[in-house]
Amino acid sequence: MPAQVVTITSGKGGVGKTTAVANLAVALASGGSKVVCIDGDIGLRNLDVILGLENRIVYDIVDVIEGRCRLKQAMIRDKKLPDLYLIPAAQTRDKNAVSPSDMNRLIKDLRADYDFVLIDSPAGIERGFRNAIAAADRVLVVTNPEVSAVRDADRVIGILEAEEKGPAALILNRLNPVLVKKHDMLSADDVLDLLAIELIGIVPEDENVIIGSNRGAPVAADPKSKAGQAFRNIARRLKGETVPFLDLESQGSLWERIQRLAGRN
Amino acid sequence: MTETNSLVQIKGLRDGLLVSLDDAPWDEQRSALLLQVDMQPAFFQGARLALDVSSQVLHVNELVDLRDQLSERGIALWAVISESPTTENTAQLLGLATRISKPRPEEARQFAVENLGEDTALFLNRTIRSGTRIEFSGHVVVLGDVNPGAEIVAEGNVIVWGRVRGMIHAGSKGNRKAMICALDLSPTQLRIADEVSAVLKPQEHPRPEVARINENGKLQAEFWLPG
Repeated sequence: MPAQVVTITSGKGGVGKTTAVANLAVALASGGSKVVCIDGDIGLRNLDVILGLENRIVYDIVDVIEGRCRLKQAMIRDKKLPDLYLIPAAQTRDKNAVSPSDMNRLIKDLRADYDFVLIDSPAGIERGFRNAIAAADRVLVVTNPEVSAVRDADRVIGILEAEEKGPAALILNRLNPVLVKKHDMLSADDVLDLLAIELIGIVPEDENVIIGSNRGAPVAADPKSKAGQAFRNIARRLKGETVPFLDLESQGSLWERIQRLAGRN
Repeated sequence: MTETNSLVQIKGLRDGLLVSLDDAPWDEQRSALLLQVDMQPAFFQGARLALDVSSQVLHVNELVDLRDQLSERGIALWAVISESPTTENTAQLLGLATRISKPRPEEARQFAVENLGEDTALFLNRTIRSGTRIEFSGHVVVLGDVNPGAEIVAEGNVIVWGRVRGMIHAGSKGNRKAMICALDLSPTQLRIADEVSAVLKPQEHPRPEVARINENGKLQAEFWLPG
């Protein structure tokens, strides 16, 4: 089966695109899929660091595009997962080194041999973003429950609609159920109400995500982490499975949980 | 298909060639380009050429000269891209394009209407998202939401069958009789003609509202009463 090409984007920077790509890649690869992730943030590469593969980079995506190496030479195999590969971004070039048609050609060569190609988009809506969505079959938009991040996500969804990139799906990252409960943070419903697109996952705020990123060991590999569980669920939904959403408020009292259940059914 | 020498960069585009010049003196640039052309006449023969002159300030005689020189060599100059407004003006005077990619339809949509009758309306059956600006010379009807960061500017009325959280300007050419109706009116800002209103609080239980300019000349929104 040819690969599904998924681009992860957001508009606003710092909402967790790269973390999401790393975690989804780890979750998919540990679930038995063959995965390639591509760092599309040329000039500001990060994905290699979060995956813990920084010191193995010899060639990068611009080397492939400009013909200095073969595609296979730029693909770095993960330390633990044999079916996970990274094509790193160039750090010493900028976004103009790559064009949307370069991306299309590169990904065409990957489609036959892998199950998933995950592309990490840079922030913004300029050249790098256009490159990242050029070959996408599916686009996941990451946002935080913050007004500015949601506004930018809305803008990006508008562009995706105009470019007919298919319906985008939303990952709501770093939701803090306690703050939502106190009405100090936008709730998932508030965000969905505005963006009006399919929700593919809610990732709760979890300090293990930061620790994992710093160690180069994405939290999706940690069976105890709630954020890791959320990313594993998103990975399964990408594969077409139906997975119920996590109950993020399980700290609540038993009575509250009963009430919630009663309210929902 | 990229040719590089120090002054002139040539790139293949979908519909012709893009020549980028840097900020060296115009005479040098011009000679460098023509030299390049003369060296590879077969490559350039019959080409459509877009010229990116970055911030060069060019006047009519300079561009006309280059255009003629190029056309003698079988090259059609069709666009001049520049950061300088003077150069852009010059190019427009000569009937040259000043942009090579078509402007994105979503960004600033201007709908030209030949005969603007009283009943001309633009019907939009979708959510208007952040960053989208709709401009129309008649009425605008939206079946969907107007999200924060979106703008609708209409010379007539604006009717939104949905939530308004962006900016709406009705009667943009000064029609003070224009009105704005929505199922839920919680905009960032409303304008009718030259009146501006920014103090409209989002409501707990939204009801359909109509905003218009009242007898005192103030922009005011009130609940819509059937009948």
